[in-house]
Amino acid sequence: MSDTHEPKGPLARFLAAPPDGVAKTVIVAGTLCLVASMVVSAASVALRPTQAENQLRDKRVNILQVAGVYEDGVEVNEVFAQFEPNVLDLSTGEFTDQFDVETFDALAAADDPAIIRDLDEDPAGLGGSMEAFRMVYLLRDDAGAIDKVILPIEGYGLWSTLYGFIALEENGNDIFGLQFYQHGETPGLGAEVDNPRWKALWSGKQLFNDGGDLAIQVAKAAGPDGADHHVDALAGATLTSVGVHNLVRFWMGETGYGSFLERLTAGEVQ
Amino acid sequence: MAQTYRKQLIDPLVDNNPITLQVLGICSALAVTSSMQVALVMTIAVTAVTGFSSMFISMLRNQIPSSIRIIVQMVVIASLVILVDQILKAYAYEISKTLSVFVGLIITNCIVMGRAEAFAMKNPPIDSFIDGVGNGLGYGLLLMVVAFFRELLGAGSLFGITIFETVNNGGWYVPNGMMLLPPSAFFVIGLIIWGVRTWKPAQVEEREYKIQSVEAH
Repeated sequence: MSDTHEPKGPLARFLAAPPDGVAKTVIVAGTLCLVASMVVSAASVALRPTQAENQLRDKRVNILQVAGVYEDGVEVNEVFAQFEPNVLDLSTGEFTDQFDVETFDALAAADDPAIIRDLDEDPAGLGGSMEAFRMVYLLRDDAGAIDKVILPIEGYGLWSTLYGFIALEENGNDIFGLQFYQHGETPGLGAEVDNPRWKALWSGKQLFNDGGDLAIQVAKAAGPDGADHHVDALAGATLTSVGVHNLVRFWMGETGYGSFLERLTAGEVQ
Repeated sequence: MAQTYRKQLIDPLVDNNPITLQVLGICSALAVTSSMQVALVMTIAVTAVTGFSSMFISMLRNQIPSSIRIIVQMVVIASLVILVDQILKAYAYEISKTLSVFVGLIITNCIVMGRAEAFAMKNPPIDSFIDGVGNGLGYGLLLMVVAFFRELLGAGSLFGITIFETVNNGGWYVPNGMMLLPPSAFFVIGLIIWGVRTWKPAQVEEREYKIQSVEAH
């Protein structure tokens, strides 16, 4: 920055100008924003494939975990191959081959209108619409009979939509496990939905009471249907707990997997 | 010159540590010190951000209009943090899930802004880079020390490797669950500051108020 000679050319003159003028302030701010946004978007676009792969792997790990077959160091994609993916039509409760299993996830991610259905009531906070077709996973025992079904569930907590899976036994009533793989709840409070001890509470609970009504609840104290249908709410995270309560009841209810569960209980699903 | 660079790098480790002396960046130190692995990744992330943000801000320092300088600094820092976040998501997915919001919160880490405003705005790029890296490492050193105690006493392990076999796994060690909760980081940091200031009394701050004794008539 020597002042001994006159700066030449528009760029040199601009750089030598005092930084506090209005024009210079605007230009510096504009250029900086442009450069910064280009760097950030370039990084985001370039790294997206690797990130997507990680997310897919993470989702599969969660499916393995919720089904209780995950161990440290297993070859995730290999173990995942035992799971049988099926596209389920929620309105009939039957599997459909209307969609290709390979490409269904991409369709669902893009909110394809063929999949989406509007909702009149939206207790799970899904934004007024839901997927009328969902990818579910079956785990079979050695004889080929259904051992567990893994159903994707989601709904709004306090800050964010929680995405997860619920694993049910073959009778369509006993819960084997529940796990969320993506959410943005408060660390230490709502994010305790990831706490292994809390997740373990779900194991062995039953969705429906003796009368066949949906009875599962997340609440402070057990309701009239007793402890078999009750999971303790998280301390300090009332709204997240209410969100989980609503979303589980929504997806296990009529609008959700209700008709599929009925068929499962009746042994009609092969 | 080499001497100054070395001093700039070493100084913030103990003598001018951003946490123990300047008492900056405490909030994230509470959150990310429950395990050493997470603390290490946070150290690397913060060091990279302080180093490069100081360097870029220093390169721009003669062009930055003083009326919007804080905003300019924030834009540079925020872009770098997003970059770090994206890289972590691509190459260290599990850890980026554990760090979750705290990577984004590097933006608000007072150390980064503090070095940009106090040092990088007045010094050339290489000096600023080294100053930033030094302060990042000083922050990281303390994170690692705190994480060492928290993970060892709270979970009986270091870097996830079992040191004390816990009772739950059939061993003898009853883990101190409180060490895994954020308040314990306060206690550990407090003890460390006490220790450092006993070792180096020059760091003790002067009292702002003193009780004066008045002679009785």
